[in-house]
Amino acid sequence: MCTHNWKLVWVAMCFPLVASAAGPNLGQPLSHAELAAWDINVLPDGTGLPKGSGTAAQGAPIYAQKCAACHGEQGKGGISAALVGAPPMKGMDSPKTIANFWPYSTTLFDFIRRAMPFQQPRSLADEEVYALTAYILAQNKLIGEQDVMDARTLPKVKMPNRDGFIPRFPEKM
Amino acid sequence: MADIAPVAGNGLLDRRAFLRRSGILITGYAVSPANAEPLSEAAWSKEPGTVVPAYGAPSKHEKAVVRTLSNPNGEPRNQHARTPHQQLQGIVTPNGLHFTISHGGNAEIDPAQHRLAIHGLVKRPLVFTVDALSRYPLVSRFTFVECGGNSAPMFSPEPIQASVQALHGLASCAEWTGVPLSVLLEEAGVDPKAKWLVAEGADAPHLSRSFPLGKALDDAMVALYQNGERLMPGQGYPMRLLLPGWEGNMNVKWLRRLQLTDQPGMTYYESRTYAQILPGGKAYQFYFVQEVKSFITHPSPGMGMKGAGLYEISGLAYSGNGRIARVMVSADGGQTWAQAALQEPVLPKAFTRFRIPWQWNGGPAVLQSRAWDEGGNAQPTRAQIIAVRGQTSKPPPVLAFPSQHYNGPTSWAIDTSGSVRHVYA
Repeated sequence: MCTHNWKLVWVAMCFPLVASAAGPNLGQPLSHAELAAWDINVLPDGTGLPKGSGTAAQGAPIYAQKCAACHGEQGKGGISAALVGAPPMKGMDSPKTIANFWPYSTTLFDFIRRAMPFQQPRSLADEEVYALTAYILAQNKLIGEQDVMDARTLPKVKMPNRDGFIPRFPEKM
Repeated sequence: MADIAPVAGNGLLDRRAFLRRSGILITGYAVSPANAEPLSEAAWSKEPGTVVPAYGAPSKHEKAVVRTLSNPNGEPRNQHARTPHQQLQGIVTPNGLHFTISHGGNAEIDPAQHRLAIHGLVKRPLVFTVDALSRYPLVSRFTFVECGGNSAPMFSPEPIQASVQALHGLASCAEWTGVPLSVLLEEAGVDPKAKWLVAEGADAPHLSRSFPLGKALDDAMVALYQNGERLMPGQGYPMRLLLPGWEGNMNVKWLRRLQLTDQPGMTYYESRTYAQILPGGKAYQFYFVQEVKSFITHPSPGMGMKGAGLYEISGLAYSGNGRIARVMVSADGGQTWAQAALQEPVLPKAFTRFRIPWQWNGGPAVLQSRAWDEGGNAQPTRAQIIAVRGQTSKPPPVLAFPSQHYNGPTSWAIDTSGSVRHVYA
């Protein structure tokens, strides 16, 4: 009886230290391994980039097979946006392209991996995503034809419009 | 009997005129209508009606009250469905008419299999089922959601002739019920290094947006219910992120994951799509707030006036910074103004319905509204917006998004025939 009461006191004292008092604490612990299939964010400093690598030469046939139907041959545009080209940025009439607008190369990997191809997202292997990223960057002459894109090299590709942005309400960031 | 004299040019009456209890003689009210037809028993009054359905739907006579679709055949691109403000009243958007933008279709999610993961810079990475979240103490709030690109046709150098639905239909308001995100973050234990969260949906594009920790701990919600029932599929069933007053796209639908980070993700939608090019080539980024705005819904284009006489002008005002404090209405293109009545309740970051009586003399008029919020922010004029943000070189298609975050006024011109047309005034 006495022991039982002490257990309750112990639980009452320790519970707030390990969990929230505001809710019933129904979240289940989530390990890295359990999260892995969803852990696809790539941050601008390269955090989250997976193992693997790819080159423009490896990306070209994948592009032709899986991307060109919408984005046109060699990224020139089709029913979906052009991926190659950098028309001057003047005002809101200017098209936003990867080479004239996107501030970070990592966004290219992140977006292809999570959202493309439009009809079959998450169907590409990480190696294919690296290869397509390299292909598009090379077509835009932002990297060399032979450059290998991987977790170390991709974040170092500086995009031309990196400094083209003004936070609207910096005090809220 | 009291004569109600106009309080501003072209026939705007005191906003309290409709509220007075005694008989009112409206100055200039001189219409003598013909006698009505004799009343009779209609067919529906002379036999029992239809079987009551399990889930109700509007009358078959309201079939024209629908959203307009940008991509009705589901071609491989985004889809927009716009709210028909001109056919609605009050401040709550019916669930089937709440605007939707889907960048890869509406995900059809089995709630039993859906999960929300919270991880990254937290002490205890956690995963929640829908059932688990539904057991938390829930909170409800009315708030609007507005696409950052709502009202984008207003960047045209010439007024685009379109309905209020086409111009401003990417904003809606509902009562949302869910779990405060702060409660879930407390359970996970926020690492002091965390500054941002990257939210991700379970839809095909796995749409992702970053938002600052401060907003997460302020009024962010994991919403489960919309106007009392579970979220509509187009609103992210079974759960969405709700960031009251902030850009619609950031309110990630079909929410499945929140990663706490020390930096924004610079995702596609924040570093490209919802960054607004300024004159000279720089661009705004992380606009976040849907600033104070108003527009008149009644009357509006497509709703012809039926002869001179007394009308109620009404519309919607809202601000992502708080409550609406005041709405002024002009009937003479902004030369003189009268204060509109604000329909209770006036709630922070929610639609507020404004109303004002108007004695239309049958002559030309230009109606316009301007709103102020409780923070003292004024709805800017179109000229003020264009001076900073620019405009397109030629009128864009009405469905195009040349830029975003237009919160200037909208003007409706009424001619002697009673037709209503969009003008810049």
